[in-house]
Amino acid sequence: MTNYQGKAWKVGNDVDTDLIIAAKYLNDASDENMREHCLENVIEDFANVISPGDILVAGKNFGCGSSREHAPIAIKAAGISVVVAKSFARIFYRNSINIGLPIVTAPEAVDEIDHGDELKIDVDTGELVNVTKGKTYKTEVFPEFIKEIIAKGNLLNYVKGQVK
Amino acid sequence: MGMTMTEKILAAHAGLESVKPGDLINAKTDIVLSNDITGPVAIREFRKLETEKVFDKDKVVMVPDHFAPNKDIQSAQQCKELREFAMEQNLTHYFEVGRMGVEHCLLPEQGIVGPGQLIIGADSHTCTYGALGAFSTGVGSTDVAAAMATGEIWLRVPESIKVIVKNKPKDPWVSGKDVILYLIGKIGVDGARYQALEFTGDGLQYITMDGRQTIANMAIEAGAKNGIFPVDELTKAYIKDRFKEDYTVYESDSDAVYSMEVEIDLADLTPQVAFPHLPSNTKSVYDIKEDIVIDQSVIGSCTNGRFEDMEIAANILKGKKVAPHVRLIVIPGTQEIYKECINKGIVDIVIDAGGVFSTPTCGPCLGGYMGILAKGERAVSTTNRNFVGRMGHVESEVYLASPAIAAASAITGKISSPEEVK
Ligand code: SF4
Repeated sequence: MTNYQGKAWKVGNDVDTDLIIAAKYLNDASDENMREHCLENVIEDFANVISPGDILVAGKNFGCGSSREHAPIAIKAAGISVVVAKSFARIFYRNSINIGLPIVTAPEAVDEIDHGDELKIDVDTGELVNVTKGKTYKTEVFPEFIKEIIAKGNLLNYVKGQVK
Repeated sequence: MGMTMTEKILAAHAGLESVKPGDLINAKTDIVLSNDITGPVAIREFRKLETEKVFDKDKVVMVPDHFAPNKDIQSAQQCKELREFAMEQNLTHYFEVGRMGVEHCLLPEQGIVGPGQLIIGADSHTCTYGALGAFSTGVGSTDVAAAMATGEIWLRVPESIKVIVKNKPKDPWVSGKDVILYLIGKIGVDGARYQALEFTGDGLQYITMDGRQTIANMAIEAGAKNGIFPVDELTKAYIKDRFKEDYTVYESDSDAVYSMEVEIDLADLTPQVAFPHLPSNTKSVYDIKEDIVIDQSVIGSCTNGRFEDMEIAANILKGKKVAPHVRLIVIPGTQEIYKECINKGIVDIVIDAGGVFSTPTCGPCLGGYMGILAKGERAVSTTNRNFVGRMGHVESEVYLASPAIAAASAITGKISSPEEVK
């Protein structure tokens, strides 16, 4: 699936991986533990107030800090369908692709999205529609190679064909 | 068009004549690293592949260092997973408690990494090994799982930023930590996002190998993919009795293209402190006018847990006492450093001053254990991140600085320059 629709939850700039999922929870990498504590110090009770399919909208450098894959895993486990940001930190970006969490870089759109806006995103064409505001944006699309990983679901499915 | 060191190493490992920034390549890995936090996730992913064995048992490295010696039952469980996999795969470089150290202090010291290599690790500070002239970068657990099976990694060739380090430091307390904190303060926590930070210039001769590792270590705090140093006499002397493999020295071409140039004049540089809650919130220690009273001082981590760091701290602590309200926690990076600290009397100095001298571990650096902060508490720390809640309660604060400042501050009980305790 490359189309997503949901309500926007906004967070600021430089939201780091410790804020996404604090290190003290990393001794138990289960989806349930990740879900429960995802972004807990940014939006109170995050995992329970959002609805499945909602969209996380962030400022610049989202996911900076540690290489913990637990960060995109936690966001996915919490039920977020796609993350839109002004920019992503490098390791978070690749981890998201590798585990199959769709991410979209859209600096202008982020500025104009308000908390609670209804968004529609087509990751394939790069079209982002702010349904609430009635505005459409063009976002960066992935290179073919990355599209292939996403099409296969995650990096491992992509690699599977290659190992003997 | 010329190529940078980073581009040359990537091209060589991708079997290509040349590469340019933006190219997506599939490259061969020389070392694939993971730890007790990222390793178990990688192992679970690896099990999903139709392969039994890792691509090369000499090239897959595992170090239980974050929550080890096991801090609780869940951590014990994760370390067990790592250990069992390492035994099953007969890994050459698995470091059990008692032989382990903080991974990024350990790998260079043990001669596992060297110039010209391509190293990936499921730990963001894997960029440390750029100090030896390697391309080295942090990736995720799934990347490591795939690389453990295939020996390959997909990478986007980064642009390079040239950091020209010039002149000789005038301030005796200036160290590698101050160079990197100053740089991050200047370009910001995303100033080098997706890019390589290439260090060059005549000033590098005054930065020791330990100091260069501190600098490369924190390249990620500027958002960089990797930090890299040229291979010079200091590098060669450092790896001489450690790194046993043949290696290639890559040099950037004179017409290589850089996205940006930044100059750092060591003669003007002063000891730096990064205020909460970003490593880029830096200030010269001499410009701090208010009293920033601390509860804890931590000296250690993959940034500043090397012998030189221990020695600098000990020279300041010698014959002095830690302020009554302060906990000083000193954590050497590896067992070898620990032993050297015993032999050189550094452990005695720390204990006599009223500090803790710990076995190697990441411990408090990521808020694991061995020095967690309570609500409202403040620490000065030689580690690399001062994010909200990084070392404990969300309402605690971490100030990042060099071992010299951390040691001086432990004595005065507030953030201080070493000049104040001379
Ligand atoms: S010492 Fe800190 S930054 Fe370094 S590897 Fe350990 S937790 Fe990470």
